[in-house]
Amino acid sequence: MSKEKFDAIVVGAGPSGNTAAYTLAKAGLKVLQIERGEYPGSKNVQGAILYSDALEKVIPDFRDDAPLERHIIEQRIWVLDDNSFVGTHYRSDDYNKPPYNRYTIIRAQFDKWFSSKVREAGALLICETTVEELLMDGERCIGVRCDRQGGEVYADVVILADGVNSTLARKAGFHGDIEAKNVALAVKEILFMPEEVIQQRFNIKDEEGVVIEMMGSVTEGMVGTAFLYTNKESLTIGVGCMLSDFKANPNRTAPYALLEKLKRHPSIAPLIEGGEMKEYCAHLIPEGGFHAVPKVYGEGWMIVGDSGGFVNAVHREGSNLAMTTGRLAAETVIKAKAAKQPLTAKVLKAYKDALDESFVMKDLHKYRDMPEVLHSSPQFFTQYPGLVNRAAKTMFTVDGISKKAKEKEIFGSFKTARRWGGLMGDAFKLWRAFR
Amino acid sequence: MSEAPKPAMAAAAAAGAVKTAGRSGRSTELPEHLKAYKGVWVFIEHDRGQVHSVSWELMGEARKLADKLGVEVSGVLLGGPADKLEDYAKEAYTYGADHCYIMRDPVLQGYRNEPFTKGLTDLVNKHQPEIMLLGATTMGRDLAGSVATTLGTGLTADCTELNIDGRALAATRPTFGGSLLCTIMTLAYRPQMATMRPRTAPMPRREPERSGDIITMALGMIETDIVTKLLEFIPDANRNTVNLAYADIIISGGKGLKNADNFKLVWDLARVLGAEVGATRAVTQAGWCETERQVGQTGKTVRPKLYIAAGISGAIQHRVGMEASDVIVAINTDANAPIFDFAHHGIVGNAMQVLPALTAAFRAHLDKRIRRAA
Amino acid sequence: MHIVVCIKQVPDSAQIRVHPVTNTIMRQGVPAIVNPYDLFALEEALRLKDKFGGRVTMLCMGPPQAEDALRKCLSFGATDAILVTDRSFAGADTLATSYALTAAIRKIGQEQAVDLVFTGKQTIDGDTAQVGPGIAKRLGLNLLTYVSKINELDLDGRTLTVERRAEGGVQRLQTTLPSLITMLEGTNEMRFATMDDMLRAGRCAVRKWNKDDAGIEDVSKIGLKGSPTIVSKVFAPKARSQRAEMQEVGDGSGVNDVCLNLLQKIFTTHPTLEAETVERLSA
Repeated sequence: MSKEKFDAIVVGAGPSGNTAAYTLAKAGLKVLQIERGEYPGSKNVQGAILYSDALEKVIPDFRDDAPLERHIIEQRIWVLDDNSFVGTHYRSDDYNKPPYNRYTIIRAQFDKWFSSKVREAGALLICETTVEELLMDGERCIGVRCDRQGGEVYADVVILADGVNSTLARKAGFHGDIEAKNVALAVKEILFMPEEVIQQRFNIKDEEGVVIEMMGSVTEGMVGTAFLYTNKESLTIGVGCMLSDFKANPNRTAPYALLEKLKRHPSIAPLIEGGEMKEYCAHLIPEGGFHAVPKVYGEGWMIVGDSGGFVNAVHREGSNLAMTTGRLAAETVIKAKAAKQPLTAKVLKAYKDALDESFVMKDLHKYRDMPEVLHSSPQFFTQYPGLVNRAAKTMFTVDGISKKAKEKEIFGSFKTARRWGGLMGDAFKLWRAFR
Repeated sequence: MSEAPKPAMAAAAAAGAVKTAGRSGRSTELPEHLKAYKGVWVFIEHDRGQVHSVSWELMGEARKLADKLGVEVSGVLLGGPADKLEDYAKEAYTYGADHCYIMRDPVLQGYRNEPFTKGLTDLVNKHQPEIMLLGATTMGRDLAGSVATTLGTGLTADCTELNIDGRALAATRPTFGGSLLCTIMTLAYRPQMATMRPRTAPMPRREPERSGDIITMALGMIETDIVTKLLEFIPDANRNTVNLAYADIIISGGKGLKNADNFKLVWDLARVLGAEVGATRAVTQAGWCETERQVGQTGKTVRPKLYIAAGISGAIQHRVGMEASDVIVAINTDANAPIFDFAHHGIVGNAMQVLPALTAAFRAHLDKRIRRAA
Repeated sequence: MHIVVCIKQVPDSAQIRVHPVTNTIMRQGVPAIVNPYDLFALEEALRLKDKFGGRVTMLCMGPPQAEDALRKCLSFGATDAILVTDRSFAGADTLATSYALTAAIRKIGQEQAVDLVFTGKQTIDGDTAQVGPGIAKRLGLNLLTYVSKINELDLDGRTLTVERRAEGGVQRLQTTLPSLITMLEGTNEMRFATMDDMLRAGRCAVRKWNKDDAGIEDVSKIGLKGSPTIVSKVFAPKARSQRAEMQEVGDGSGVNDVCLNLLQKIFTTHPTLEAETVERLSA
């Protein structure tokens, strides 16, 4: 029997778990971190973009030795039709002034680095071990039981950083099952390509990076987005849609079929040509937003990261929310311990308060209506991409037709597709979703 | 007095240092005293009355190397009173040996590492060959590492090709799981040792009229000197014996067959052709057949007359184990599978369909021939 | 009882590929793993520890990242782990490697006498199977290679009985301690460590020894300098110039014709093959 007791047990060694464990260990607390994968990061999948702001607050000098691919200087947003796109780009040389704000990273290497920092800080990490259930004393969580012999370990608080598919909280009754309408299923590939080729194709120099976020006909009318990121010697390309949409799709299109379609898009194919597929993975992403965030603290337990649904789907931000929630949870515990308070729900409520004060809940709150709007408005994915693209084509094709006639045609196409009422309604919905 | 010789010695030492300093400060020049090492030796492996044919394959290679160097080939035989070492020597000459060294001692009856290492090392130190070859069998690998370490010389394992570069042995072997090949040389030490897997080199032609002489040497060990005792030998039950290395026809299955049940189709075809069954590493690891059936880099090397590969992509790790087959037939659903780049005949199709059809076709064809022959 | 288990961290060679244009080895993203054959050696050592008590010390010569491999072995229940790492070890062939590991084992033996040394059968990157026999020779350990089973270990009587795979059968050998065993693959199944083992391993620091800590006396015998074998060139295997003669089954209706076609092609171009096969089947 293990019967060992820790100040805190962190379940999971992804960004939220690592941040929590690191912060706690740095403050001198006795932390046990339990990861079910073979090594930290083996079960994690992300685009991946690292947001410096969130990590700086935990490891200010992370740039010294963290494995970073390219710092992002250009953001492209594309609305795709079958063989065209309408895009908006923002590129600034300001982004070339250190310290850099966002980087592309390769999770396998980044997680390894982050985990080594966590161990350096003094946390005890064990891998290939699955927490099967929380040990409860009535309402109070007192520890965990793992799948190994003698696997009962005790702690004053258990922080669940066990990802989007967390079963522990469900088992303990803290919240219900994840619903298909609150998660997306995404697939991605890493394509290897020489540095020079990437830099030529994307108009960037050494260490500079480009991020392309896309939506449109590639998701066959399902609610979803696609992305293409530049890493040092590889490109990451991926696409994801709401799981409920995949299930409801009469064609039963598989996620990887969408990815293949994306790769063949005439605007994308030339960018990835010659790339050698080196990695393929899939993962679920929380998409429920504000309304899907469960109760994130209780008697001796807290929830951080994807496990709490902390993902800003509109801006595709997840890892920074993960790190921030991990940090805030840890800080709450540290403060309570310093004041010699027991880690009751009353005391841990400070975590939720801190979340509400931070950009995490503020951003989620702002976009709280987006999931519902998108679910109830398939036209944003079925009609608008086509309309917008055809409008652009009409406007940019010089063929002797008068500009006024073109404008009339464009407007007419929108009216025909959506009718006045629909157009107004769509505008209102967007306003509602974004406010 | 002591002053005068110093500058001269220093100059000589400096000159020597310049000569011997090779890449990264290690010597690539053969020291004088090792230049006397001449001749190519083959350790002839035998067990329970039989010489392992790899020894003859190596004899063929040794002959080629020796001819390029203008030196002689010798076989080395260690054994006990019950071993017919002189008969083996006679056979060795027909495969190309000029001499045979024989060391006979009761303590050498049945292979054990200690006495064989001492015996072979003593022979090498006395008679100084420049190259020594052994088969990469369990005996060969057990012995070669011990002998090379005792002699403090270089040993290259599992070579696929042996050549002479200048006056030195250039041994080529796969590296990084077979993705690449590398050529390794032992420039400043002797003898240059190398092992080769059975069936890598072709069996040389016999020249029955050839003969040679025998040189004997005593071992100089007694049983009480030797700590390890052979208590018993348990032969493999016949039906478990997998004789891939010398099979004429091999039918091999890969992960493309999808499951263990489909692998049975490989057995069906093998039965009809009287062939052996082989597999890829993935298949043996999945438990669809015994590990002894694995063909490839970490399995067996085979060179049958006919090799039929079903559901095998042809990755380099498997390829190196069978590409020397006379006829290679590949069955795969993927027309771009690498195996089609080096197979002689290819069928793009589902092995689960093709194998039974092929089995039926061969059965019909052979039945007729067999009835005719009967 | 004190057992030393030597392991190596290797690139997962199944995933290494050659760049089609530059002909260089593409190592990006290829994970480093504990040499799979070594795990059978470790498990066997741990079973002996379970039975007889004592310690299992892991030993590895490698670059700093090999620490991960040792840590993994600790988590299975090994007592201690030592990483012998030094720039001067780089480029070592098997002779130089066995020299370095031998020195380290001698040093380890000064802390507590070593009864058994275990290694795996071979590595998946070098494939030579030479280091085990090399260490045995240098340390004067009785060498037992391709061991498939340990029948008996008598610590008081200092005897060891094992089964060893040989051509055509199994040898049962008896020898004395100390010995070196290279373990055959597939001989055991790796255990699932207990929580206590995991926690202990997580806390256990992997000791790091440089060449002085490891007791290297003659630096000319380690690394590149101490390696008699020299790699004179590395190259991609020449592709066979001729692609296979292809047939397509298509929707399946033509499969019988395709097979007949193939059969005829094979037998007409290799008539002796047909005759020999008939003979073999008639026998």
